[in-house]
Amino acid sequence: MGTLHELELIDSATRAQQAVEGKLGGETMILNMGPSHPSTHGVLRIVLELDGEEIVNAWPDIGYLHRGDEKIAENMTWTQFIPYTDRLDYLAPLANNIAYAYAVEKLCGIDVPPRCRHIRIVCAELARISSHLLGIGAMSMDIGALTVFLYTFKEREKIYDLAELICGARFTTSYTRIGGLANDMPADFIPMCRQFLTELPVTIDEVDKLLTRNKIFVERNRGIAVLSKDDAIDFGATGPILRGSGVEWDIRKARPYSGYENFQFDVPTGTVGDCMDRYLVRMEEMRQSIRIIQQALDSMPGGEWNAPEAKIVLPEKKTVLTKMEELIHHFINVTEGINAPAGEVYFSAENPKGELGFYIVSRGGGAPHRLKIRAPSFVNLQLVPLLSKGHMISDMVAILGSLDFVMGECDR
Amino acid sequence: MTLQEATAQLQTRFTDAVSAPVEFRGEFTMTVRRDAIVEVCSFLKTECAFAMLVDLSGVDNYGDDPRYEVVYELCSLTNRSHLRLKVSVPEDDLIMDSVTGIWRTADWHEREAFDMFGIRFRNHPNLKRILMWDGYPYHPLRKDFPLAGLPAELPATAVDAGTVEAAPMLGGPFVSGTGSRNSVRREPQQFDTMAEQQQKLTHPAKEEEV
Repeated sequence: MGTLHELELIDSATRAQQAVEGKLGGETMILNMGPSHPSTHGVLRIVLELDGEEIVNAWPDIGYLHRGDEKIAENMTWTQFIPYTDRLDYLAPLANNIAYAYAVEKLCGIDVPPRCRHIRIVCAELARISSHLLGIGAMSMDIGALTVFLYTFKEREKIYDLAELICGARFTTSYTRIGGLANDMPADFIPMCRQFLTELPVTIDEVDKLLTRNKIFVERNRGIAVLSKDDAIDFGATGPILRGSGVEWDIRKARPYSGYENFQFDVPTGTVGDCMDRYLVRMEEMRQSIRIIQQALDSMPGGEWNAPEAKIVLPEKKTVLTKMEELIHHFINVTEGINAPAGEVYFSAENPKGELGFYIVSRGGGAPHRLKIRAPSFVNLQLVPLLSKGHMISDMVAILGSLDFVMGECDR
Repeated sequence: MTLQEATAQLQTRFTDAVSAPVEFRGEFTMTVRRDAIVEVCSFLKTECAFAMLVDLSGVDNYGDDPRYEVVYELCSLTNRSHLRLKVSVPEDDLIMDSVTGIWRTADWHEREAFDMFGIRFRNHPNLKRILMWDGYPYHPLRKDFPLAGLPAELPATAVDAGTVEAAPMLGGPFVSGTGSRNSVRREPQQFDTMAEQQQKLTHPAKEEEV
């Protein structure tokens, strides 16, 4: 024990550096965080090595929600797997449905009609807003700003109402089919969605006023868990985390799918790469999503919403009940599955959490030979040890909140 | 540098270690010899601007020789291009070099491939199971692992340590096998009727022994 004047008072940056280099003396303590902890947003366990209140090392332990989705996919038809995609990133099920449908359509080499593409864009952007609202709400709640969570959930409720209107389910949507959609967008969806788009910016502005210049919030996030550009790319980070580190990479711009190339929107990027930047990127992405949805609703084309390939796309139910040919196609598509060609494709979509990719190996026939899900949360969570070293244990909740992962897709 | 230039450079540099690129749906796949993967990857990263390893997955081609494949999805942020590398790994020598030294993101991906397929990666800093628990005896994504699962013991550290059992399949899976167009073979093979299941539940075999 040294007396007080012998203890060196050093600033936190130096101390963080020393912690990284392992120069701090004394015994360390192992603390178990999770798997059931309010800020781990699911069942994530992190083993922390602490020196006092500072994190010396962190080991994320995942797999508590492992259900073997990839194994299940190999044992069912392409269409049967759609409900399982709802349960990947369960905060944005519509976006997962869409990514999966495009992946199988890429394998089959079919193109969906413009109306389908537009409806899918509306759904994907609604999912993005829904996910970011929860991400920001939960992050601020963990830090101590409880109010924001209630504000954002009020808006998420409206997105659930919209999802219910469009596909009958609020949470597990399963809205897409291979080569189209389960059903057309109902007529009263557009006015209801426009109404929502007038109300949402008010809430976003309120959240903005509550958080962005809030001294406590800024101090909890600014300079915390700085992720450099090179580290972000090296660790394969995608989505708001990569963009928060200043890399302008958005699959909607880089490899446009679903007709995103026809829409005007900006890709926000951060400058520092800390928790605050990741929060700011998500805030701006919601505003950009509103822009995209407005453009999609303004230019919503009419016509068919399913691709014409009858051997791949499920026919409409009412024609199945009245017409012979449709009945045959329905029977074959449901019992045998669509006869996808042999080959392998990788399709990735810009999901709210990052790049959701499907690597599909097909040997022909109704079921995949291998379906690998490239989950953004799985890859992004690898950053936890890098980001948390040298920070206080209370910063951990801010770091986890800013990574905005969901264990459903991390563990698959 | 375009993707064509990159693949051409790769072929001239590693003549006998890489195959010609194969195109399918606008994507290019190159097969790489197992012992050259680290050199090929580091060349692609440093010379061809493939800065990001997007994904790494194992594939089990049961019945083929070599049985396993490891697939790398590379992405170039500057050229906006995508390239897939494939490496074959034989069943009797299930080990290959790790690329964690080139992309740190490969760490968890390789752990997952080890966990799910049993493919070992040389020079990996921490090669242990990631989704299943330590000490789990099987590799679940192998084709010879049944969908229902196999009985296994839970880790001794678990509070309610016990065993896991095979899942009740209730007649499924209703699609069993890929690549066959014969619908008869795809029909559900054997399954108990609901009455038979009820019978089994109410009169399990164990009771007779007692």
